[in-house]
Formats: sequence, structure tokens, C-alpha cells
Amino acid sequence: MAVEKPRLIDEAGKRVDGRGPADLRPIHIEVDVLANADGSAYVEQGNTKVLAAVYGPKEVHPRHLSLPDRAILRCRYHMAPFSVEQRKSPAPSRREIELSKVIREALEPALFLERYPRTAIDVFVEVLQADGGTRCASITAASLALADAGIPMRDLVAAVAAGKVDGILVLDLSDVEDKHGEADVPFAMMPGLNRVTLFQMDGVLSPDELKECVKLAMDGCRRIYALQKEALRERFVRIRREIEAGEVEER
Amino acid sequence: MTLYFERRELVVPGDLLAEGDYEPGENVYKEGDKLYATRVGLLELKDGRVSVIALHSFYVPKPGDVVIGDVVDVGVSSWAVDMRAPRLAVLRAADIIGRPFRPDKIELTKVLGVGDTIIAKVKAYDRTRNPVLTMGEPGLGKVRQGRIVRITPSKVPRLIGKKGSMISMLKRETGCKIVIGMNGVVLVRCRSPEDEELLVEAIEKIERESHVEGLTDRVAEMIRRRKGLGGGEAQADR
Repeated sequence: MAVEKPRLIDEAGKRVDGRGPADLRPIHIEVDVLANADGSAYVEQGNTKVLAAVYGPKEVHPRHLSLPDRAILRCRYHMAPFSVEQRKSPAPSRREIELSKVIREALEPALFLERYPRTAIDVFVEVLQADGGTRCASITAASLALADAGIPMRDLVAAVAAGKVDGILVLDLSDVEDKHGEADVPFAMMPGLNRVTLFQMDGVLSPDELKECVKLAMDGCRRIYALQKEALRERFVRIRREIEAGEVEER
Repeated sequence: MTLYFERRELVVPGDLLAEGDYEPGENVYKEGDKLYATRVGLLELKDGRVSVIALHSFYVPKPGDVVIGDVVDVGVSSWAVDMRAPRLAVLRAADIIGRPFRPDKIELTKVLGVGDTIIAKVKAYDRTRNPVLTMGEPGLGKVRQGRIVRITPSKVPRLIGKKGSMISMLKRETGCKIVIGMNGVVLVRCRSPEDEELLVEAIEKIERESHVEGLTDRVAEMIRRRKGLGGGEAQADR
């Protein structure tokens, strides 16, 4: 028995949560949230919440996995059992294994792996709450965690999904829009270098619609990129502000 | 030739720093005519070289560096040492004893065991192999007393200061012995637990505020204030 499809776009052109077609969900980003990881980041995009942790570069155990001329990037995407409405079994599902690979491939172009042969950089992303766009939020968070870990990067990687919902091309699909929409286009890029690192399509789109989705997604990525940079700077800007405020007080 | 940021401005990975005939320095890479930052840090421009002083990084060994690390494994003729770098370091027995090693004459665990902390010097390093350490010089050896403080390696130059100004100030104001490993591991040895606590706090303050100007004075001020209060009530309302 199929679930009844809800009305996704209303008469005024607004989406289920009141957004316009090209509006991103409210985003909240925090960097350096885990004390034990070398680098970490937390991203909230609407109701989707992901936590990323990075370790490395470090020696690879087991040894036979290491590469003689470069570092390997290992990535684990995992959804917490409580991240979805119906408890998800903690065992890695085929989807999680695939997304782990997809996320790794979206991040690799940003790293200088050849600089650290025979080492591994480990990325862990835990989805704490899933409401659509988890792989994109994961890439956004993982990229920040890598920068937070002090691992040299060519650029940050920002990601967002575009798609088609009730015949309208939209940006940043929520879970209900992804489940009942016509197409979902997850997309990631290094905006500073104008290079795409992830491009997937799931659904039905005409070539022109796809091109339009890419435009939407690129614009969304650039907006997220600005928020990422602000989050990285924020920590140090805040310390500077505290010191200056303290000095003014003393005088 | 254009520079898009100001000296000492905070930059993040991917920021286009400059375009033109500049040389890429530390934490900067050049593609075509454009220079980009690879780490979060403060921009520096010196003699046509654009670099970024990273606010957080991991240690990359350099021959000649003094480092502090922990022994994690004992082998037949060498030890494996964790100095918080991407690769595990190797300390060969011959490099402690100062003469060629005879396996039948010396048992390695009697000299250094797993868990021991040592001060050593990087003898050799290239990207493709594990770094090699030596302990055959004065000032190097097993650590028997003191406390370890860890800071991010990119802040070590700040902890030393220009011509050693910061570390001399710390030694002078606290009266403690300090050994700074270039890998961000610092060994302190003080006459009292209070001095030790104060010095550890000072080092953590330096790591946290290194990007804000006037650090040496702020730290000296903090130490003097705390030592002054410890001396009696009369100075409390200064």
C-alpha cells in the first residue's frame, strides 16, 4: 500500500516548509566540537543534523592497505539508529557503504594526498537526524573537519542537492520532497576553483531541467561555502574580540 | 601582481591570496598565476613570498629538530617512537650508544621500554620512509621527571618568540626549566606545583591567543599578577 503523496508546492508557489524554490534551509555550522578528534564540525541544515570527525594523517593499520606514493582517505558515513523515525539498525547498510564511497570521492580532489605517503586520513560522519540531504550535509561537514584538523586543502568542498518537486525545480530538498518528488540531484563542488566533485541524479529530468538543476545547485554551494568560511574564521575572531574587550575593560 | 588580503589577515583554505609573480611559501600553493591558502591562518608576505602562518597543523619532521616522543614498540635493534607526526619514528640502538650495536651484548628493553618518554633529535627524514631519530647528543635522552604540555606544532615558533624572547620571559618569570620539542610537545620542570600550574596555563594561553598582537606582554602580565596575589593580601587591590 503506497503512502498518499502530499501536496508539495502550494498555490502561492511555497514549499511544505514555506520556502521558495531556490531557498536553502536554515543552516547552522560549528567547527571544533569534538575534543578527541584532530578536526571536527557539526552542520545543521533544516532538520538534518550531521557530525563529522577527522583523524590523521597517521600510520595505516593494517599495513597492506597503505599506498607507497600517497595517503589513503577512509570515510565512514553512518546513520545513528535514532536519526530516523523507524529505528535504523546500527549495522552498515548497502546505502551507507555506497554513500561512504561517494563522500570519499567528493572530498579526495581537495586534498594533497601525495604529500603523505603510507598514511591514512580517516573521516567519520554520523547522521544524528536525517531529513533529506544527509550526504550533502556530510560532505560540507567533513570538509570543514578536514580544515579544522589542519590538513592542507586545495579548497573547501560545499554540497547541496537540487531536484524537481511537483513539477518545480527546487534547491535543498527535504526528506518528504526527496521521497515524493520527481528527481534528486546531489551536487558538490570546490567553489573557489570552480570544480565539481560530486554529481548524481536520481529520478527523471529533461536535459534542460538537469542543466537548470546544476545552476541551482552551484549557486546553493557558493552560499554554503561562504557560511563554511565564516565558521572557520569565527573561532579566532571570537578570541580576538574577547581579548580586545578585556583590554578595554581594564583601561 | 595583486595581493587580495592584508598582512596578518585571517585566511582559510581556498582563499585566493594573490595573483602574479609571487612565490608560494608555507601553506600556500600556486596554480597558474594564482596563489591559494591551504590552511586556516594569518597571511604573511616577505621578499615576494606569500605564506600563511597556520593556526593549527600537524608536525612534519625536519632533520635537526629536537622532538619529544613516546616509545611505543621495542624491536631487535631499534625502538618505534610516536612523536605525533603522520609517520612513526625509528630510533636505532646504535644512535643511543654511539657505537655499532651488538645484539648479543645489549638487551634493548633495559635501555628504553614501551611508555618511556624521550627527548631526541631528527636525524633523517624523507616522505617515503619513517623518520629516523638519534639520542646520541648531550641534552637528549630519557625523560625522568617533569610534566608534558601539548600544543599544535605551528605555534611552537610563537612559544619560542623572536630570538627566544617568549621562552626566556617564561623561564625568567616562573623559574622553571622548559624544553620545547618542535613537534609541539613541551616538557616543563618546576620547583613547585603552583609554578607548574601557572606555566602550563601560560603555555595554553599562548597557544590560544597567538594570533592576537601583544601576546608576550599579556602573558608576562598574567604571570606577574598571579605570582603577586600568591604573595599576600596587600597586593590584591593593585
